[in-house]
Amino acid sequence: MIELVIAERCTGCNACVEICPTNVLEAISGDVPRIARQEDCQTCFMCELYCRADAIYVAPDCENPTPVDKNAILASGLLGEFRRNHGWDEWADDPRYPNEHWRMESVFLRARMAFQRRLRRLQHHVPPSSCRP
Amino acid sequence: MSRSSGETLELSADVLIIGGGLAGTWAASAARRAGASVILADKGYCGTSGVTATAGPGHWWIPPDPPELRETAIRNRRKTGAGLNEPEWMARILALTWESLPTLDGFYKFSTDENGVKQHRALRGPEYMRALRKLVDSLGVTVLDHSPALELLQRSDGSVAGARGIRRQAGGDWQVNAGAVVLATGGTSFLSRLLGSHTNTGDGYLLAAEAGAELSGMEFTTYYTVAPVRSTMTRSMSYAFATYYDADGAVIAMPPGPETTRPLARAMLKGRVFCDLARTPEDIRARVPTISPNVMLPFRRWGIDPYKDRFEVTLHGEGTIRGIGGLRVVGDHCQTSVPGLYAAGDAATRELVAGAISGGGNINSAWAVSSGQWAGAGAARHAAANGSQSGGRAIGQAGLRPASARRDVDLGTTLSTIQGEMLAYDKNIFRSGETLKRSAEILDDAWAEFDAHAQGAGDALLRTRETAAMLATARWCAASALAREESRGMHQRDDRPEMDPRFNRRILVGGLDKVWTASDYGHALELAS
Ligand SMILES: Cc1cc2nc3c(=O)[nH]c(=O)nc-3n(C[C@H](O)[C@H](O)[C@H](O)COP(=O)(O)OP(=O)(O)OC[C@H]3O[C@@H](n4cnc5c(N)ncnc54)[C@H](O)[C@@H]3O)c2cc1C
Ligand code: SF4
Ligand code: SF4
Repeated sequence: MIELVIAERCTGCNACVEICPTNVLEAISGDVPRIARQEDCQTCFMCELYCRADAIYVAPDCENPTPVDKNAILASGLLGEFRRNHGWDEWADDPRYPNEHWRMESVFLRARMAFQRRLRRLQHHVPPSSCRP
Repeated sequence: MSRSSGETLELSADVLIIGGGLAGTWAASAARRAGASVILADKGYCGTSGVTATAGPGHWWIPPDPPELRETAIRNRRKTGAGLNEPEWMARILALTWESLPTLDGFYKFSTDENGVKQHRALRGPEYMRALRKLVDSLGVTVLDHSPALELLQRSDGSVAGARGIRRQAGGDWQVNAGAVVLATGGTSFLSRLLGSHTNTGDGYLLAAEAGAELSGMEFTTYYTVAPVRSTMTRSMSYAFATYYDADGAVIAMPPGPETTRPLARAMLKGRVFCDLARTPEDIRARVPTISPNVMLPFRRWGIDPYKDRFEVTLHGEGTIRGIGGLRVVGDHCQTSVPGLYAAGDAATRELVAGAISGGGNINSAWAVSSGQWAGAGAARHAAANGSQSGGRAIGQAGLRPASARRDVDLGTTLSTIQGEMLAYDKNIFRSGETLKRSAEILDDAWAEFDAHAQGAGDALLRTRETAAMLATARWCAASALAREESRGMHQRDDRPEMDPRFNRRILVGGLDKVWTASDYGHALELAS
């Protein structure tokens, strides 16, 4: 669930308010957005992706709020990591963060091949007729 | 086009698209390209809402040449689909998906492989939905964000004439009078905490049923995905190299192939289950963040090294999302049996293309891309042919206009009841006639109470209506599973462990006050050999 909108970083652009699919945040005029409905948060991390100021922290626990220490989070290096790995905004042309999503299929393929290998090793020790998948 | 009357924003358009996920955006683009004026309303934000935005669909992607490639794929899928899917529909989605994805160039930055070849098959979710939002904006679609639809408008001749809903950020209501409506509201996982699924509460199923539409394949709703406990991270790629352990540390044996749900569920019914990803090769580990950046988020933030540490896992139910069922489609344009009403993506049944097993991993997204465009173009045609946009009456019932006196109905309790029957492993994965019958009774009782008394208001209006939709959906699932007295595909009944040729057909379901089921005799199917 979303835990922090960090005022020192927030520019008040309200992008997070607009794009949150479950309407968790509320725009406050002249101030940073308020986490108005934390219980509705679907822990999708989209607000982190759309916050160019890296001012948002979403904790992975989707069932209960997580007590977090703002200064520890600021020091952790976790803020903005997701947006960077996605190669968004200023990271778009950084060669360290290419979009390699297309390789997903090959990961599944490798896993299947590894499984077949293990199965063959297994088949060495049992009569072939009994191990048809 | 716009007129504000009191609290209601009233608009008209040739075509209204409800739901702005993968199918809805493709539908909107096709309707615009067919010359219609188009309004798209999403419950959340078109671009981040829905289960595509948080995942990264690999599409069913097979080149047209040589033709044997597609023929073989279709033949194989007919077998695994246990005879409920149709070669013509499969060929159609293969062809249209192949043509469609390259047209996103310029909106989506396609990657190239080592040989400089552009890779179109799998798109990363947030980038994909951002691209589709840009596409519909560029085509002049009017997008209403944070504008959930609550009910359809229907004319006295039975045709659908638009919808009404609320504007949850701007305040007030909206009403769109339209010549035709496309439902692209996604499936529902009954709020199981499946990643990105929170706005998908089956609303489209209920809206359509109130107008007289029926559903199909609702018994195929037993798909589950593994995730670390207390997290939403249902990204299956990371578990390709998983090893699972019981509470005593003993390895849980997994069968060959992707079918891990049943052994995992069996183990979870006995106790806690743990996992590590130690078998993942080093080079893949290094690439996980640039393949799927969200996979590592929970681990990093919890200080878990999944390649070394064991962490507890759970299974999140997917209902009709990577299940199969949805609104019955009665023609090539993805029309429902109600005039002027179309269904696309997970809101529609995917039996036509996926058969009795999940279409996750390839077919579902190809279906969303294709059915979206067929529905959008079909709706545009219908609107042009029939002319009128006005004359509809709001027809919403449960949760909006109670059958008897309004009384408080506890939404949390109702949701627990729904989830208890639809997600519990012992009832939903290991099915039997006895437990299904009991589920149907429990859900019928909950419906009778809800339908009679629940009336959402203020902040609770949307959640009340969503609860009605999930409850109606749950009843259709239970009734269909009871009616299919055999085991086929993902629907496995302990009391009927064999496939039975008498059920080589789809099961239709519908009804609100009283749920009915029927065999789809119009589609008596040959079993794939
Ligand atoms: C984790 C995960 C991974 C997946 N991976 C793959 C894959 O690799 N390959 C594949 O083929 N498929 C995959 N799928 C399935 C695929 O994502 C879906 O089939 C596809 O997203 C369906 O698109 P849709 O538009 O029907 O639904 P969604 O994309 O879910 O969109 C539904 C939209 O409707 C909106 N909505 C709901 N109710 C209302 C209402 N009352 N009013 C207005 N709007 C409303 C929602 O806000 C949402 O934006 C995956 C699914 C999941 C969950
Ligand atoms: S997106 Fe970031 S910077 Fe903009 S309002 Fe939200 S928290 Fe502040
Ligand atoms: S994690 Fe998702 S649901 Fe939660 S506040 Fe951020 S965008 Fe909204």
